[in-house]
Parts: sequence; C-alpha cells; structure tokens
Amino acid sequence: MFAPFILALRQASIPASITEYLALLGAMQAGVAEYSIEDFYYLSRAALVKDERHLDRFDRVFATYFRALETPEAPAPRDLPEEWLRRLAEKLLTPAEMAQVQALGGFEKLMETLRQRLAEQQGRHQGGSKWIGTAGTSPFGAYGYNPEGVRIGQAESRHRRAVKVWDKREFRDLDDAAELGSRTLKLALRRLRRFARQGAATELDLSGTVRATANNAGHLDLKLVAERHNAVKVLLLLDIGGSMDEHVRVCQDLFSAARSEFKHLEYYYFHNCPYERLWRSNHRRADSELPTEQVLRTYGPDYKLIFVGDASMSPYEITHPGGSVEHWNAEAGGVWLQRLTGHYRRSAWLNPLAAGRWEHSMSVGVLRHLMQGRMFAMTLAGIEEMTRELAR
Amino acid sequence: MGFRSTDRYIASRDLEVAVNAAVTLQRPLLVKGEPGTGKTVLAHEVAQALGCRLIEWHIKSTTKAQQGLYEYDAVSRLRDGQLGDERVHDIANYIVRGKLWDAFAADEKIVVLIDEVDKADIEFPNDLLLELDRMQFFVYETRQTVTAKQRPVVIITSNNEKELPDAFLRRCFFHYIRFPDRETMERIVQAHYPDIRHDLAREALTVFFKVRDVPGLKKKPATSELLDWLKLLMVEDLPPEALRSTEKHVLIPPLHGALLKNEQDVHLFERLAFLSRRNG
Repeated sequence: MFAPFILALRQASIPASITEYLALLGAMQAGVAEYSIEDFYYLSRAALVKDERHLDRFDRVFATYFRALETPEAPAPRDLPEEWLRRLAEKLLTPAEMAQVQALGGFEKLMETLRQRLAEQQGRHQGGSKWIGTAGTSPFGAYGYNPEGVRIGQAESRHRRAVKVWDKREFRDLDDAAELGSRTLKLALRRLRRFARQGAATELDLSGTVRATANNAGHLDLKLVAERHNAVKVLLLLDIGGSMDEHVRVCQDLFSAARSEFKHLEYYYFHNCPYERLWRSNHRRADSELPTEQVLRTYGPDYKLIFVGDASMSPYEITHPGGSVEHWNAEAGGVWLQRLTGHYRRSAWLNPLAAGRWEHSMSVGVLRHLMQGRMFAMTLAGIEEMTRELAR
Repeated sequence: MGFRSTDRYIASRDLEVAVNAAVTLQRPLLVKGEPGTGKTVLAHEVAQALGCRLIEWHIKSTTKAQQGLYEYDAVSRLRDGQLGDERVHDIANYIVRGKLWDAFAADEKIVVLIDEVDKADIEFPNDLLLELDRMQFFVYETRQTVTAKQRPVVIITSNNEKELPDAFLRRCFFHYIRFPDRETMERIVQAHYPDIRHDLAREALTVFFKVRDVPGLKKKPATSELLDWLKLLMVEDLPPEALRSTEKHVLIPPLHGALLKNEQDVHLFERLAFLSRRNG
C-alpha cells in the first residue's frame, strides 16, 4: 500500500529495497506505530533509511508524499541573490548597457522584478534541492530569455568568456616528473593504500602454517598466501586550463605523488566542469577525446574518483545545458557530475583554492553541494581528510 | 510492554519507536551518532526495560566475525596430544564458545550489544549476515548447527568510521541519535543528578552549549563529557557565579579538562580568552 512511496524514495536515490519495505509492513502489522502519524514517520524512517546522510532527503519525500500530513518547515528562503546578481551584472555589463538598463527603469527596478520572479519561483518549486535549480526552473535562467535579461544571462557571459577560450591555448600536460616537494602529499596519499591479498599464493604464511600444523597434530602443513599488493584503483579527473592555470604547479605535485602510489591510476582532463567528453592528453586533445559514457563503462564503480579543480566558473556551466564555455553541451555539467559520482562508490573533489576563498565563489558552493560536501582543500590536512573519506 | 524513557535514560520518541520496531520484528537495530550521546548505554537500558540479560561484544580492529561464534583452540589440542591427554580424542573439548553462541544458547531472551562495529575489518559485517538473519550458524569441527532458542535482541553501534555494506544495512533498523537540544539536555541532567542545584545546572548548560558553538573545535564535548563535568563541578562545590563570569567574555570554563579532550582545542580556547581580554 505504500509501494509508490518506496518508488518515490528510490527516485530520490534513497536505496530502500523490498526487504526494508516488508520490514516496514511487518512492523505496521505488529502494531509498532499504533495509529499515530508521528510514530509512523519514525518507524518508516528507522526501517527505510540506513544512512544519516539520507535523512533530510527522506523527510522531503515523506512530506511531499503524505501531503495531507503536516509538511516540515520549508527551507529558509534564499536571500542572497540580490547581492551576487548585482555583482554579476556589474561585471558583465558594459557602461553603455548599464545606461540602457538605467533607461529601462534602472537597476533597482531590474532587481525588483528579479526578486519578484524569484519569490514566485520559490512558491512553485518549494523543496527544490538545488541552489539555482535544474535547467529551466532557475529564476535567473528563466530571466535569461527576456530582452533585459539576456545581458545578465548566459548568452553575453558565454560570448565574453569565449574570447578567452577560443584561442585554443595549449595547456601544459601535467608533468608527472616533478618529484620535488611532493613528499608531504605523498605521505597523505599513502593512506589511500589498502592492502588486499589478490592473485596467486606465493608467500609463506607463518602463523597459518603453525595453526595448520597444530591442527594436523604435529605433521607439517605448509600454508601459502597471495602476495601483498596495492589494490587501490584511482580515477583522477583534472581540471586543466582557464582559471586553473595558477594552480597547475600545486596540481603537478599531487599528480606526481599519486602516480607512484597506486596500482591502477587512470587520469583524464576536463575543463572547468566535466561534460560528455573527457580527454587523455592535452596536447593531442582532438584525438584523445573520449565520451564520458565510455569512461564510465570502462572503469568500474570500485575505482575511487578524485576531481582536481578549483571549481571556479560561471554557475551556468554547472546548472544549464549549453553553459559550457567551450562547446554546446546538451546536458548540464551538474548532470554529468551526478552521473559520475553516482557511478563511483567513492568520490571526492580536491580544490587547490584556499578553503577560505570558497565561499566567495558561487560555483564552488554549487559543486560542494553536488559533491555532498566532499570537497577538500589541497593541503596535507585536506588530503588526509579526503583519503579517510575515500578509504571508508 | 516495550521500551520507554526511564528516570535514568531519556529517550526521544523516535528512538523508542525504532527500538520497539526492532524488538517486535526481531531484527538488529543499528545505532549511530556523535560519540558520547549514549549509544552504548542504550543497550543497557533496553536490557533493563525488557528485563533481559545483556551480553556485550566489544569490537576491536583485530576482531573477526568467527570469534563471536566460536574458536577452535588447536594449540591446546596439540599440547594435549603430546601429553597423551584423553580429552584429545573429542574435538568438542577444544571449541571455545563466543558471545553470540552464548546468546543463542541461553534459555531466556538476551540483549546482545555489538559495540562499535565499524572498528573491525570492512568484511566483518558481511561475515555475520546469515548469523544475524537466521540466528544460527554451523560449527564445522563438530558438524553441529547452533540455532538460537530465543532470537536475541541485537543492538549494534557504529561511530561511522567505516561504511557498512548494503546487504547488512538492509537487515537492520536504523536510528541516528541526534545531539539533544537544551530542553532534552536539562531532562538528562535532571535524570542523572536529581540533587544538582538548579542555578548551577542552568549556568553550566549555558557554558556547555557555548563551548559547543565555538567554531573549529576538533572534538565537540557531548553528553557524557557534560555529565562528567557536572560531577566535577558538584564535587568541587563551585558556586554558579564562577561559571557566570564566562557570560561576558569567552573564558576557559573551570575544570575544562572534562570538556575539552584535545590540546589543540584548549589552545584555541586560550587564544580566544586572550583576545577577549585584550579587547575587553
């Protein structure tokens, strides 16, 4: 009778299964919930959610599904857009355009309209989990198709930025020979290694032999175990070029450290945000490009996925189809990011930007949200934290 | 019948429901939460409430799932064999029972606490799947199947150091103990120290929640730290005014050793205190 509820939960990527559903029904039958809505909520939560990270998502689904029941408090209205919109607009508008805006009723009026639009949108899309919202629902995106809005929205931004990227600069491939100075990073990355025994049994297992000999009542019984080797597999996705250039040096350190630590290390490059194509070599980008789908297919979910990038870009590059600065992307960067993090069991984002500056950039916040907080600073402590997260 | 808050243990309603569901459906209950929020104590209280004996199995990094079931003491047998002891002919003499076997073999209902399951190897929970599901296991040496006479109530705690496998989670009920709010905390303090002076408790709680709010603490003090600290305050017989002075400036609370367990946190506090003195 609650089957659609379970489906709704699964759609919100809470891994509730038939076993848990049956457990819930069993508990209902046994009268644990005793006809109280609150108790039913507690009971279904205990039965269906197995991870505290999913609790919030569960609450939301529960609220929408059992609409007749009291909805939990709506998320606090976002009150920051005005400030960053103003900044965004100031940055993107030429003085002439500013004058035009003035002619149309001035900045205040523009902001006012935007704010109204935002309020409407909040009403309709209450409970939406993303900051800007998925494609098309964002107030800013919606505004982008208005005559005034075009100048604020993505078209202008793309055009302006395109100049920077169009000239196809050759980004240096990250050199993996830079061993110097990478010692500290190496120390942290070593935590990632988990020794697993795989392959042919070639080593003498001393304690196993003693035990087996004792079991045999004194007759020698040799035991062999597989050679110990590093079984950690890492898929490294590196942001190259653009806003990343100042961090290339730090990135090089990490890269060379990582190379010698893992049995399987695969690396691909992306620019700003991963989209439907990744590439292997930056010099020969055209021939080394690979569909991201293929990368997903090739490397199984047991790979540990590490993004390295400063996550600084226009928020549209993450939230909107066509937001990329380099090409037309049919699906938003955020969709690809979620596809990647959904496929790999363990993923993290390593950010060379000092953690103190994260909050100044809108896109860092969005990506951090998409990574569910698993963004770490590229410092010894940050890497240590990341490896702990990845090794869990 | 069922689990309720007692005068010594304050359980929120959602915890009561989760415990009762697990007891009714005879499935394990997995409890997570910040350290010091009463995960382990919960098992004691459940055992008390249900009137059952509690068997505790504390997990360490070296613990193997097999150790909870039984161990075969081959070395004793080898020694006995060399000494010509008669016992050597019966292998059953060398099977040492584990905690779960004890619980399965008991005639009455038992509460089993598997404490800090995340300390063990990553495969540990997987190795206990069938045992916890069917409440039975097979002893290879004696070719005997041990089945629980009465399905025990199993409470598993985790500090979230390792991810637990999905198959394991699917068989459990889950409860995340949230950090108690001030009102609940007052009831908890009242339950533990009914004789405490009200003004002292009030001041102490204010200081406590302030300390928790200080950004950048490595280890935030939790309920168990608060209770220890209150006990110290009561033993030292400190007047509430000693705490009230912290209202104006951020000062190191008296007897902070019970609250701050990390020298970096103490340093952080000293720095804050210094700054506020300089500014004040």
